[in-house]
Amino acid sequence: MLKPEREYVRKLVEENSRINARDFLDQRKIEIEKGIYKKAEGSALVKFGETVVAVGVKLSVEEPFPDAPNEGLLIVNAEFPPVASPEFEPGPPGEQAIELARVVDRGIRESGAIDFEKLCIKEGEKVWGVFVDIHVLNDDGNLIDASGIGAIAALLNAKFPKYDEEKNEIDYSQKLEPLPVRKIPIPFTFAKIGNKILLDPCKEEEEAMDARFTVTIVDNKICAMQKGHGGFFTEQEVKNMIKIALEKYEKVVGIVKA
Amino acid sequence: MKSGKPEKLIIDGKRLDGRALDELREMEAKVGIISRADGSAMFRFGNSVAVAAVYGPRPMFPKHLQDPEKAIINFRYNMAPFSTEERVKPGTSRRSIEISKVIKEALTEIVCIEEFPRTVIDVYVEMLQSDGSTRCAAINAASLAIADAGVPMKDFISACSVGKVEGHIVLDINGKEDNYGEVDMPVAIVPRGNKIVLLQMDGELSLEEFEKCLELAKKGCMQVYELQKSVIKNKYVKIAEER
Amino acid sequence: MSEIFVNERDVVIPGQTLARGMDILPGYGTYRDGEEIVSKVTGLVKIKERLVSVIPLSGKYMPRPGDGIIGIIEDVQPTFWNVNINSPYVGVLLLGEAVKEYVDVTKTDISKYYDIGEIIYARVLQISRSGIVTLSMNDPKAKKLRGGKLVRITPYKVPRVIGKEGSMIEMIKEKTRCQIIVGQNGVIWIKGGNEALATKAILLIEKESHISGLTEKVAKLLEGDEK
Repeated sequence: MLKPEREYVRKLVEENSRINARDFLDQRKIEIEKGIYKKAEGSALVKFGETVVAVGVKLSVEEPFPDAPNEGLLIVNAEFPPVASPEFEPGPPGEQAIELARVVDRGIRESGAIDFEKLCIKEGEKVWGVFVDIHVLNDDGNLIDASGIGAIAALLNAKFPKYDEEKNEIDYSQKLEPLPVRKIPIPFTFAKIGNKILLDPCKEEEEAMDARFTVTIVDNKICAMQKGHGGFFTEQEVKNMIKIALEKYEKVVGIVKA
Repeated sequence: MKSGKPEKLIIDGKRLDGRALDELREMEAKVGIISRADGSAMFRFGNSVAVAAVYGPRPMFPKHLQDPEKAIINFRYNMAPFSTEERVKPGTSRRSIEISKVIKEALTEIVCIEEFPRTVIDVYVEMLQSDGSTRCAAINAASLAIADAGVPMKDFISACSVGKVEGHIVLDINGKEDNYGEVDMPVAIVPRGNKIVLLQMDGELSLEEFEKCLELAKKGCMQVYELQKSVIKNKYVKIAEER
Repeated sequence: MSEIFVNERDVVIPGQTLARGMDILPGYGTYRDGEEIVSKVTGLVKIKERLVSVIPLSGKYMPRPGDGIIGIIEDVQPTFWNVNINSPYVGVLLLGEAVKEYVDVTKTDISKYYDIGEIIYARVLQISRSGIVTLSMNDPKAKKLRGGKLVRITPYKVPRVIGKEGSMIEMIKEKTRCQIIVGQNGVIWIKGGNEALATKAILLIEKESHISGLTEKVAKLLEGDEK
């Protein structure tokens, strides 16, 4: 996006409107298709307006970490493939994709969403590894929220494949018990433009923003925060954003569970 | 293999290293320690030691990456393999990439980048010892090194961490508290205007607990700021005193 | 009520409040933050009536039109040279600004005029908004500098090395019997005479420029080690 286009978005915000005529604290329409990718143990396709993110959960049997011999593993990775945006280039994840994966990971891990001990197969030797792979398909802004919601939605419909311990073989064609997911963490990302705060920035707003803040809520607690993209926030702004996220949490959980 | 979890991290209102809940570790800072760099600094929180060097502003190549309106800040956070109990593999990790990103973003708020279009300002930080709050030590060192290099900046950035350990809100998390506590929250502010330029958190906090954390962090950051200011000023006072 | 909180030649640091009041003007090295004038650099305060400035104690050379600078030829292109001018910006010397006679560029390798590694004293013509710095040899003082040695100092200390009406640099030249040319970009060329002593004197000025009594100390150094 070029300078005059950024200036236009900023001018609109200064005059209290948004480029797609949303309210400042309105999210775009959230659509979630669950279990859409049949080869994955769990999956979700999430749309936030025009932003589209696919998330797949794959399970495999791994060795536990030596200091957590009876706990399963969680690995979150994000790919920003060139199909999704003229700005994405082929290659390994860059800093944006890495940051996004780590923010989503923290939301899931710190909220206690997964009971890792229930992933233990044989203490000290074999545990289930839960791989959450985020695959961006169209970047129209706020990939973090779309990815975070996609991740928890995919985990919620994930089922264990059949594991034959003796033969050490996994039969992926069988889908047995659901993964033990006990919490639903939801990220809320805000953009600051001038001195106004907007929830769920679209691409044009991201290009024009001064600062970005993500807070992940579970029930009525904060389980993760990430300030990103330059600029700054005042203490009051941060507190307000957290309050808004706490208020919106239940509604989004409803969409995820539906 | 990390050393095992201690039975209790807080006993009678004191932490394992003897600190009160709202006490920073011993801090130390120096500037001008790398003669080849345009600016350099060291910053220490207890056993976390960060060394920063600034090269630039200098010409940016390749040309197509130049910004015709301002300087680009290139920031790299790296951990020396011997900096932790368990050796860290040399090279970048996803964690160091993320830390580099958030610190670089924080620095763009204070460095007068519009004064140097088409250039790059390289800022590098190496952690020589890692015992919690490393990104805070890193950003404090970077901020000092930029001032040492004579690159114009609006103010310093002062950072420290807060957290929750066994239900208590504490200041300046060390390694053990980071591993076994409930919350780790690094905060960096620009003292002029109390602007939050870095804020991350993982764990579990209510809104009220978060507000307490932020209050405590502000106090810690102001103490860091006093040290940073005195170190830069003393560089020139010392030369006068040597006469 | 406007107020200036610092004195002339105070050492101030980035973020330090220097003055308050809308009728105080932010000079070099400062910026306005609401009602306050704040320093951007570590440096010495300079107050001229209502203009408060800070002269940095370190930092890179930022070229200004008219500056006389010492540069090193870095690259030869068909119709221009790239010149290292000790700055975040590369200097460009166009053929037309360097050579008076007509040159057929299709047949001539212009490195015969200025080649990589050669040192020149040139004038800064202009700096475009995006940082392209053009130089000129079209000046009575501009020339190639052969032999000698180069000393680099912080460009902001150059006025101290030159001294009031050239008094400092003349003293050094006299006592060391060196040819010395000082570039505004912090590059200084020394040739002949006691090059080591001249270097020592210049580096002393750079280190202690913010302390009073410098002239006496430099004079003493030059006397004590005169040869």
